[in-house]
Amino acid sequence: MRPLNVDPMPELPTINLKPATLSRIDEVITHYPVKRSAVLMVLHAIQEDVGYISPAAVEWIAARLELQPINVQEVVTFYPMFRQQPIGRRHIKVCRTLSCALRGAYQTCATFEREFNTHRGEVSPDGEVTVEFVECLASCGTAPVVMIDDDLHENVDGAAARRLSDRIKAEAAARR
Amino acid sequence: MPAPAQRRIIFRHIDEPGYSRDLACYVRHGGYDSLRKALAMQPAAIIDEVKKSGLRGRGGAGFGCGLKWSLVDRKSGKPIYLVVNADESEPGTFKDRYIIHQDPHQLIEGIMITCWANNVRQAYIYIRGEFPHGARILEEAIAEARAAKFVGPDVLGSGYGCEIFVHRGAGAYICGEETGLIESLEGKRPYPRIKPPYFPAVLGLYQCPTIVNNVETLCHVKYIVEVGGEAFSQIGTPNNTGTRILCVSGHVQRPGYYEYEVGRITLGQLLNEVCGGPLPGRKFKAVIPGGSSAKVLRFGETFTLKNKDGSTRTLAVEDIPMDFDTMAACGTMGGSGGVIVMDDSVNMVEALGNLNAFYAHESCGQCTPCREGSLWMKKITGRMVHGEARAEDGALLKGVADQIAGRTICAFGEACSWPTQSFVAKFGDEFQGYAGTKRVPRPDGAAELV
Ligand SMILES: Cc1cc2nc3c(=O)[nH]c(=O)nc-3n(C[C@H](O)[C@H](O)[C@H](O)COP(=O)(O)O)c2cc1C
Ligand code: SF4
Ligand code: FES
Repeated sequence: MRPLNVDPMPELPTINLKPATLSRIDEVITHYPVKRSAVLMVLHAIQEDVGYISPAAVEWIAARLELQPINVQEVVTFYPMFRQQPIGRRHIKVCRTLSCALRGAYQTCATFEREFNTHRGEVSPDGEVTVEFVECLASCGTAPVVMIDDDLHENVDGAAARRLSDRIKAEAAARR
Repeated sequence: MPAPAQRRIIFRHIDEPGYSRDLACYVRHGGYDSLRKALAMQPAAIIDEVKKSGLRGRGGAGFGCGLKWSLVDRKSGKPIYLVVNADESEPGTFKDRYIIHQDPHQLIEGIMITCWANNVRQAYIYIRGEFPHGARILEEAIAEARAAKFVGPDVLGSGYGCEIFVHRGAGAYICGEETGLIESLEGKRPYPRIKPPYFPAVLGLYQCPTIVNNVETLCHVKYIVEVGGEAFSQIGTPNNTGTRILCVSGHVQRPGYYEYEVGRITLGQLLNEVCGGPLPGRKFKAVIPGGSSAKVLRFGETFTLKNKDGSTRTLAVEDIPMDFDTMAACGTMGGSGGVIVMDDSVNMVEALGNLNAFYAHESCGQCTPCREGSLWMKKITGRMVHGEARAEDGALLKGVADQIAGRTICAFGEACSWPTQSFVAKFGDEFQGYAGTKRVPRPDGAAELV
């Protein structure tokens, strides 16, 4: 047991990050007069690299930014985009807010769920996708809209959702 | 009266064939001339031009831009920051997206002019997490501008230096609220700060004086320097100057973004002529004119307003000009410019249920009335739709909403209660009758909303 009032510099836990991720992290930290400000940008960099934020990543970030792990954890748990478990290979985010709903977003989402035999918020049985509802994506004029990973798809009615699903399935088949 | 022509200033080059977002194209079209002009002016003179222009913020509150700048504490000895609000998260709003993706240098030029005018050496663009390409595009554009000395330690050889960095959010609506945004930029949960004392102009980012402006607002600043404050103030209508981008979504034939002089087009012209009217066989029922938080308008209701000379005039919903002041006089707001249209296929209980789910999801949870109230409003409308609706539900909803607005740290309290208050007040008949109507199947093709 170490004495309570001593707060030694914790060792950096090891997590496997690509060199590009590490240099991106070094870079973004220089953007702020206070290291803590870099938390969101570092979390994005790590999630893009690893796919999710593990407990080890939380500790690593805390040490890197000279914070307590809880300071990182409370950010991870507040912001909807950060996740603490791996998800399907592709992330399908269907906007459910009013303008999209008026144009059929619920049906669009149901189509994706049916195509991949899954439920919102779960990884599909084949591991290919996670389908989720999200709130307004600021593209209400081309509703309903869907983001698949980083890309926005507009006017995604049921038929378009089936076409997008077919494309994902074809890519998956080509990989196997 | 036929609708006036669009006046594309901010969206001049949006969707223009052959126009690309790179620096060379921007410069070919006169880009950064306004920055050059600004650097030859005294900062105080630029602030004067912006005051003269009458420009009001395009982020939602419509606060005078020049006035905001003049409230900045310039005596503290601390650095002054500019934070660009590119969170674009108010449902129904989709305009900053196109500036960022298609014309990023227009924004960067507006930022640099604003920084010079306010002695800012560091600006941050806070962009919502769901614009990953937008963030990359902005970073590339800043790098290009830096290489050409439009940004950086020595802007155009003037000796003035200023950097811009891009900061990404991560999917939380409350980061659009300026003090929540500042907390988020400090690497924390975006819990809005209480005002007073935390007015950004005095105690903002890192407890330093901070200016927070919307993306579109800063593009207008660039145009004000280009044409002068006086000329800008002639565009639009008195106290509602310039152009603004109107984003129309929902049940119209041609949803999309349209730029008009503020107050020179009516809601009816916008929806019927510009957007092609209702979908085939449908009639307009309701419209939310300024982002989802604005109070809903019911087609058929009228507003009797006082004129300056003491006489009155009566407006139908279709007659309301798309401005700040008349919208406010009619009990709603121009807000963020997001116009959401609902036709007669929509059941208003279900539409409110959709919005209540949004607000319950997005409340940051600091204030009890907002955290609990937004959740209860969602639960009540959810129960009405999916379970059992009771005759007293309308009054119950109103009772919850009335206990939120005015009792919270930030304006989200108003934002989440206004939809419920206005839906219940204006469509009380549907809330009363929902228990009966719900078992009637939806009209053909009507969408599920909750
Ligand atoms: C709940 C809430 C959400 C907001 N979201 C946004 C937003 O997404 N974008 C924005 O520019 N302003 C938003 N605002 C307004 C900002 O707090 C702030 O007033 C604005 O960015 C100031 O810029 P302006 O004066 O240029 O309009 C929001 C306000 C509230 C209360
Ligand atoms: S009003 Fe709501 S969103 Fe704003 S600080 Fe309070 S709990 Fe958070
Ligand atoms: S409501 Fe779906 S993008 Fe705005």
